[in-house]
Amino acid sequence: MRKKMQITLYSALLAAGLVLLPAGASRAAEGVDLKHVDWSFDGPFGKFDRAQLKRGFQVYREVCAACHSIKFVSYRNLSDAGGPEFTEAAVKTIAAESNVTDGPDADGEMFERPAEPKDRVAKPFPNDNAARAANNGAMPPDLSLMTKARKDGPNYLYSVLTGYDEAPADVVMADGMSFNHYFPGQQIAMPQPMSDEQVTYEDGTPATLDQMARDVTAFLTWTAEPKLEDRHRLGFKVMIFLTIFAGLLYATYKRVWRDQH
Amino acid sequence: MSGHSTFEPTSAPARWLERRLPILSLMHGSFVAFPTPKNLNYWWTFGGILMFCLMTQIITGIILVMHFTPHVDLAFSSVEHIMRDVNYGWLIRYIHSNGASMFFLAVYIHMFRGLYYGSYKEPRELIWILGMVIYLLMMAAAFFGYVIVWGQMSFWGATVITNLFGAIPVVGDHLLSLLWGGFSVDNPTLNRFFSLHYLVPFLIFGVVALHIWALHVPGNNNPTGIEVKGPQDTVMFHPYYTAKDTFAVVVFMLFFAIFVFYMPNALGEPDNYIEANRLITPPHIVPEWYLLPFYAILRSIPDKLLGVAAMGVAIFVLFLVPWLDTSKVRSARFRPLYKQFFWIFLVDAIILGYIGAKPAEGMYLLVGRLATAYYFIHFFVILPVLGLVETPKPLPESISKSVLDNTATGKPA
Amino acid sequence: MTADEAQEPTRRDFLYIATGAVGAVGAGALAWPFIHQLNPDASVKALASIEVDISAIDEGAAVTVTWRGKPVFIRHRTAQEIAAAEAVNVDELRDPQTDAARVQKPEWLIMVGVCTHLGCVPLGQQGDFGGWFCPCHGSHYDTSGRVRKGPAPLNLAVPEYVFLDDNRVKIG
Repeated sequence: MRKKMQITLYSALLAAGLVLLPAGASRAAEGVDLKHVDWSFDGPFGKFDRAQLKRGFQVYREVCAACHSIKFVSYRNLSDAGGPEFTEAAVKTIAAESNVTDGPDADGEMFERPAEPKDRVAKPFPNDNAARAANNGAMPPDLSLMTKARKDGPNYLYSVLTGYDEAPADVVMADGMSFNHYFPGQQIAMPQPMSDEQVTYEDGTPATLDQMARDVTAFLTWTAEPKLEDRHRLGFKVMIFLTIFAGLLYATYKRVWRDQH
Repeated sequence: MSGHSTFEPTSAPARWLERRLPILSLMHGSFVAFPTPKNLNYWWTFGGILMFCLMTQIITGIILVMHFTPHVDLAFSSVEHIMRDVNYGWLIRYIHSNGASMFFLAVYIHMFRGLYYGSYKEPRELIWILGMVIYLLMMAAAFFGYVIVWGQMSFWGATVITNLFGAIPVVGDHLLSLLWGGFSVDNPTLNRFFSLHYLVPFLIFGVVALHIWALHVPGNNNPTGIEVKGPQDTVMFHPYYTAKDTFAVVVFMLFFAIFVFYMPNALGEPDNYIEANRLITPPHIVPEWYLLPFYAILRSIPDKLLGVAAMGVAIFVLFLVPWLDTSKVRSARFRPLYKQFFWIFLVDAIILGYIGAKPAEGMYLLVGRLATAYYFIHFFVILPVLGLVETPKPLPESISKSVLDNTATGKPA
Repeated sequence: MTADEAQEPTRRDFLYIATGAVGAVGAGALAWPFIHQLNPDASVKALASIEVDISAIDEGAAVTVTWRGKPVFIRHRTAQEIAAAEAVNVDELRDPQTDAARVQKPEWLIMVGVCTHLGCVPLGQQGDFGGWFCPCHGSHYDTSGRVRKGPAPLNLAVPEYVFLDDNRVKIG
């Protein structure tokens, strides 16, 4: 029994240590603590809020898509289980609002056609050079994986989107840069992208800056982790199964060893 | 090999096989009838756990290769294809990436078990050496596997580590372009790392077979460090240790599952979710956690070549442990001084790991240098000297006696 | 053996059987994702059906589209081709099928362009029966795509399709 307790204790300590290591350091580069939101997808039983994901997609499309691609997402993913869960008809309509390049045709020419659900979400620029040329040399990064590409990604993203401010008196801003409390170096090439009421939500939710920041962050968490709900659901079943199985195996082990000291 | 088999094939097909290729009796002698000390504690279950880890990595790896494209333009997006489109691709990928961490966690526990209980001592030196070869191969496999994902950390980690070879005088630059297949880390590098990443686990498997074969000559060490005196000290491997090892593996799977399902990226670097960009260097380049201690040692020496040499010696010194440790007593249970230095060494290794993830400047650099110095002192000074000056505690007469005594006093065996 | 030990085996065996059964269930559940990953993934399944705009295909013309990795012939048949197809005595065919069974609208013939012999792509408007001719081993197909001569055992396959409207057909 002692041995089992020792093993359990060490495992618990190790797990706790490993969990605390990342959690204890939710800071932007120079030690500024990030803002923290209680996301619906946090924790082992976290799930996405469908309405929030739909609103977040609307923010992406109307505010961010002008400069930022989400190239690993296909339109058909918008109707997948575990995501915004638009209907298939709605997805066809959404896709058809954008054009994608296809071809070559019979004459050898590339041509534009409306997007279909099977296509990847249309990119605002055909390549990185075009993106830089249109943005004073700055490259608006692809957002598909942004919440996994930054430490404590969702809170980081929310903090940056709501973290713009007037530059303090002692900070000299470089040309074309905006001051942001949470961006590493405090100077960001993207000007404040959102303002209150910029989007009119289809479900009537008031579109404050804070609301839009939460919604688009939740949406981008889904683009980075579309299988999150599947993962949590399967994880629960696996943990229950393994616990029961471990219990049975422990009893078996004890029974096998009963006649030994 | 294992002359412990009392196996008599009962069926005609078994007799046919046994006469031509005695594999059934080999398996029986090695994993059923093998006499194993009866006092092994849970630290001895990590060999079986490691076998589970190797099998898991190989199986998930072979499946990932069915969907992965090893080309600079397609590698990163093929991994995203696996995560998003392939049925259960996300599960297989997260098992593989977290499985690498689990593999190293288990191997470090396994190695530290060896250091504590003197499992590397005569006549088991070669088991230890083979184990060190496996550890080196594991580090190579993990490095190659991390690079082929072609994220920022993959590319820049590859650049930093391959550039180390440029430090070798005279041949350094030629060696570099040989390794790279070009003038920098690029597609030829990715392709060959992919090939080697597939190869190395099977080399590991071969060395593991030798490792187990070498183990089965003297048989397992045990927590007392005292050799088996007779059958009263042992039990048959099956069902006693198959039952215990299976239980231990499933507990390990529980721990593993926490990472796979609830924090699959906790042990990784966020920067590796950014596609490799040869024009932008990440502010901090760090390897995966299991390579951090050696990374810290590398960076604590200001000279490039000497840093590489220090890292090399730090790994190579582990091969020499059977000869550096002069004590005639195996188990730390009976070595009160060594026991303390063991724990100090463990703390030192953890400090080195912590430092490896920090920028190499200021207080971090100072602590890293002290911890590096202590690492070498432990192996080159403390181990040899301790064996000569330490007064061990009295050893029990035999394993059975120690088990009986412990049962009487209620202490764990 | 004492009386207790004689009873013991049933309790012990039950534990071992229960553990073994749970283990077997677990092994099966564990194996499933490793097998299912071989099945077509979501990006392949997204291409499982295609929509084709047929408004530009004049009478007497045909296009070939790729569907599930295979060529599909879409032919806008002329009145003569339709008549010839309907006039054939079905009993004489190696693979008896009426023309009506192979088309939804008589002027649109949609078939998988893979010869049913060994998989080559037949050539259109060739052969002795006004339809298709496969150059690999000399199979002839008529204006309904039915095999008339040569080694092919079956008529050219008709995929599942539906007309979304007069200008678009969805295949698959």
